[in-house]
Amino acid sequence: MSSTMDITTEDKLDLLRRMVLIRAFEERVIDLYHRGDIAGLVHVGIGQEAVAVAVATSLLEGDYLYGTHRSHGHFIARGADINKMMAELAGRANGYCEGLGGSMHLVAAEVKAMGATGIVGGTIPLALGTALAHRDAGLVVAVYFGDGAANTGGFHESLNIAALWKLPVVLVCENNGYAEFTPMSEHTVVERVSEHCKPYGIPARTVDGNDLLEVLEAMSRAVEHARNGEGPTMVECLTYRLRGHYIGDPAQYRQANEVAEWREKDPIERLTKQLKSERALDEDAASTVKREADERVEDAVRFALGGEYLSMDAMTARVFG
Amino acid sequence: MANLRFVDALREGIAEEMRADPRVMILGEDVAVGGAFGVTRGLVDEFGHGRVINTPISEDTIMGIAVGAAVAGKRPIVEIMFVDFITLAMNQLVNHAAKVHFMSGGQLAVPMVIRVQQGAQGGWGSQHSQSLEAWFAHVPGLKAVAPGSAADANRLIRASIRDDSPVVFIEHRGLYFRHDPDGLEPGESVLGKAHIVREGSDITLVSYSRMLTECLEAAEDLAGKGISVEVIDLRSLVPLDIDTVIESVRKTNRLAVAHEAVVQGGLGAEIAARVQEMAMDYLDAPVLRIGAPYTPPPASPKLERAFVPDRAGIAARLHRMLSYSKEEGS
Repeated sequence: MSSTMDITTEDKLDLLRRMVLIRAFEERVIDLYHRGDIAGLVHVGIGQEAVAVAVATSLLEGDYLYGTHRSHGHFIARGADINKMMAELAGRANGYCEGLGGSMHLVAAEVKAMGATGIVGGTIPLALGTALAHRDAGLVVAVYFGDGAANTGGFHESLNIAALWKLPVVLVCENNGYAEFTPMSEHTVVERVSEHCKPYGIPARTVDGNDLLEVLEAMSRAVEHARNGEGPTMVECLTYRLRGHYIGDPAQYRQANEVAEWREKDPIERLTKQLKSERALDEDAASTVKREADERVEDAVRFALGGEYLSMDAMTARVFG
Repeated sequence: MANLRFVDALREGIAEEMRADPRVMILGEDVAVGGAFGVTRGLVDEFGHGRVINTPISEDTIMGIAVGAAVAGKRPIVEIMFVDFITLAMNQLVNHAAKVHFMSGGQLAVPMVIRVQQGAQGGWGSQHSQSLEAWFAHVPGLKAVAPGSAADANRLIRASIRDDSPVVFIEHRGLYFRHDPDGLEPGESVLGKAHIVREGSDITLVSYSRMLTECLEAAEDLAGKGISVEVIDLRSLVPLDIDTVIESVRKTNRLAVAHEAVVQGGLGAEIAARVQEMAMDYLDAPVLRIGAPYTPPPASPKLERAFVPDRAGIAARLHRMLSYSKEEGS
């Protein structure tokens, strides 16, 4: 889908299904975490699904995607196999990364989802490198980062180089207002991350990240810009994580009314409401969408928890390529 | 290959690989104009700016760009002008280059070479003279190579470029403008294979990079005193060819390791530990570690000369080692 101009009702229903699948996956991940079936540092993006689905929809099959530490949604939207994702989160050998990567270091190379990372801002230079490698092939690389990453040296080094070399990169900022536990007003002098683009001459837009169609429209233009060889752009998506920074984070640094306000802007609710107003969806159909997502997630859980663990010998053999 | 200077042999090795494989590319500060030491001089004329890429002074991002290019099918070579500056790129080197293959469960490969230049020479002081190879050897997922001859520079850079893992290729600036001594027989050059450069029967002396030259000269001096030193050039620090060292120790019963890096926490400690684990019964004396004292490199040229181990100092310490007696304990 290269433009939102020709978006059909069936397309919108599909976008909704994908957001609902991501939500169902992550809610089940939280449940499995509390049951002890998933461990480690796990960051869910509940509330940020619109960005994930819009970004993935704007890309073509050959394009590349890099994530962050909060990338389950990015990967699912891109078409990663949720069975192998769940198995990875459960540390099993049938996971994408044989259990060696886990939630924070997911890679699904088969869909060109090249890496989540535990290093804030860490994938931005990687995206530039992949874009450099494929500059002449008409491919585009999208890379996610958050408002916190905009304070790293690598972010600014990367903006300079991406602009200097006119790399086909789309910088997708998920500005959820918090760098871990610190609100943006306390960690950055700019109001919007996109303001950083000005001195580097990078076109940038700030959009409502909980409005899937608005993100999709901005992303489609940004991707086209990159594919035409016109260089990098930034799309800053204002959004919010409805849960804590990681599973188990009580998030006491946020006011209840702030969370409640953002709950009203839940991207899934918004698209559902829109589709209902267009009479493209009724209660029954909405329930079916949810039930189908839950069923797919249950299959993934069965696949994951039935998986074996990698042997220590096999692990040792993975150190070098 | 004719007897080229180290810098020319290295450049020729890079050029040969670039001719053979269009995926090979170089990124770094000033590389298109030859780099600070002339290693890449002229390469841009043959291969163009698309493959010999000048970068801003943004080490961590350049390292990350190389990782991103490598996982997408290129074979990048990153030049870090001084190893001291790799401190700025340790994030991408350690957290991504070294681990992406592992963390992805083998889905991604990171075939890249990180060329660094190190060593104390010329009185350039603490931030331009360190030897940091032990850092690289400590991080699972990084290979580390440190040639001590021009012939090896040529052949090991080619092997490093062809390797499917990230390889830190350590060049010593004291070697760049030297020719190999006549008659130096480099032997087979593959990663992970040490080379016995000089055979001997009384002491095994292990070294690499520029310190190899001092070791060979010390061995020559000791030969004049009737002491036979076997000199092993490790060449590759990771993987480490400990078998060649052990085999030699079984013959000589004494081991010394000499490097320019600070002794504390250096490669010498690792080799000493492995040899005592694997060949304790063959040792007639404690393993001797020779290296720099526990200080940053000094700027004063006079102090710097004292800081770096040399031929005379190595010979003297090896000589003393022979008088060690297990019974007396000294």
